[in-house]
Amino acid sequence: MVQRQLTGSRIRERRNDLGMRQSDLAVMVGISASYLNLIEHNRRRIGGKLLNDLARAMKVDPSLLTEGAETALLDQMRAAAAQDRAAGAEVSRTEDFAGRFPGWAGLVARQSRRITDLETRVKALTDRLAHDPQLASSLHNVISAATSIRSASSILVGDDDIDADWQRRFHRNIYEDSQKLADASRALVSYLDTPSEEGSVSLSPQEEVEAYLEAQGFHLPYLEGDSAPQRAAALRSKAASAMLTSFRDRYREDALKMPLAAYSAAAIEMDHDPAQLAARFDVPLGAAMRRLATLPTEMGHPAFGLAICDGAGAITLQRQITGFGLPRSAAACPLWPLFRALTQPMHPIRRDVQLPVDGGGRFRCWAIAAPSGPASFEVPPMMEAVMLVRAVPNSGGPADAVGTSCRICPRSGCRMRREPSILNETA
Amino acid sequence: MGKRVLVIEDEPNIIEAISFILSRDGWTVHTHADGASANAKIRTTPPDLVILDVMLPGKSGFDILRDLRADDETASIPVLMLTARGQTRDREMAQRLGVTQFMTKPFSNAEVLESVRTLVAG
Repeated sequence: MVQRQLTGSRIRERRNDLGMRQSDLAVMVGISASYLNLIEHNRRRIGGKLLNDLARAMKVDPSLLTEGAETALLDQMRAAAAQDRAAGAEVSRTEDFAGRFPGWAGLVARQSRRITDLETRVKALTDRLAHDPQLASSLHNVISAATSIRSASSILVGDDDIDADWQRRFHRNIYEDSQKLADASRALVSYLDTPSEEGSVSLSPQEEVEAYLEAQGFHLPYLEGDSAPQRAAALRSKAASAMLTSFRDRYREDALKMPLAAYSAAAIEMDHDPAQLAARFDVPLGAAMRRLATLPTEMGHPAFGLAICDGAGAITLQRQITGFGLPRSAAACPLWPLFRALTQPMHPIRRDVQLPVDGGGRFRCWAIAAPSGPASFEVPPMMEAVMLVRAVPNSGGPADAVGTSCRICPRSGCRMRREPSILNETA
Repeated sequence: MGKRVLVIEDEPNIIEAISFILSRDGWTVHTHADGASANAKIRTTPPDLVILDVMLPGKSGFDILRDLRADDETASIPVLMLTARGQTRDREMAQRLGVTQFMTKPFSNAEVLESVRTLVAG
């Protein structure tokens, strides 16, 4: 329905841009003006020959009249509406708006994202002020020195009959503490001025890592091959650099076990089936999935999405592809195979899933959960789930109905719903 | 001999200043800088009042306070907690653990003296 709305609106917009009268266009394609009016007001479905005729009459490619706005953009706009429901945004007309005013829609989405990022940043800074041990230690040193100076100077000023020996001791103490105060103040200023940790306003460490990896296409040539890997430049924040180091260590390990040329050839030969590839290279299924997600598309590989989560379901790494992206700040839809895998450790899951969007949103997912790190009798295993995602055409076959997150999911009657949707009051 | 105050604090110059103002007021002041052995010190020679810092080496002031209140021998000793951590949750935690009074640094000498007099008299 949403797609139909967009198409009608775009036909109307294109006709207006050309300065054509509705009746003239209707005659050109052999329909009545009133029928065209219904189409333009999104009250009649359109497709096939009539759509092609209208496109030809308006000298435009038919796809430009039907092409939906990016799912990610629409999701972001719905998320923006969810952030401020009182504003009364017409959520049911999101795609219509995005199609007609893509620039404005992009602006809304970007600003919404930025608000979310800034809120995350504020929360991180608040946590940092409350819990950062280095900051707490610096502040403690400053306050201790100030306390001592205040107390000693108060004694010297308020006590006229203090003997000379005590006077000397308190003068010495004040001198010592003023030095401590100066050192502690400098350390504090230096710490707060350091453009590290959360130095970037817009990115969390995880986002910083993923942005870096995305810029590389998740493929790191300097970690491929037998020779010692070159060191890549560190990221802006220390936390992100540490996370990237962990990623690189694992990437390198995978690259050694699954050399690029051999793995690339095998992947094409086996139609990118992770289970077959895992068996061929004698690696865990999760490793085979990770490796698939790093194969460059220039070598003839499809775009793969990847999501990794810990035992608590927190997404620790994600590679998004068009139409697929799990939310960072909101709880993700628990119906994704990634989370199902956590309930069945070591049990491989392959499912087709369908997002609630027209004209796309179908993905094939492979997932498995397995213990992460060395086995120990002392502590329970740390579980980690990996999910590989690939877009597939909607052939009409069965697929699990999934969403992104409950707030922007229009599905009714979902047994996993955590909160009402802003898109469907009955959901 | 005046009533005894035990100052558990690891900053020597703060210890010296507090000791000076309390001694001048007639109190017998003992000091202790190590958190880990603080409860043993209190139990060995129970003072009339404990002035307790929060951030101490070996054991935090909160843990010392908790153990102090859990020990019948020391449970009723009034405790004046002096800390650089003035956040609400620290104050609430101290209250939950049974602090008698909570004071944030930097304090004034007069405030400390007044509190000590009040707490021991009370």
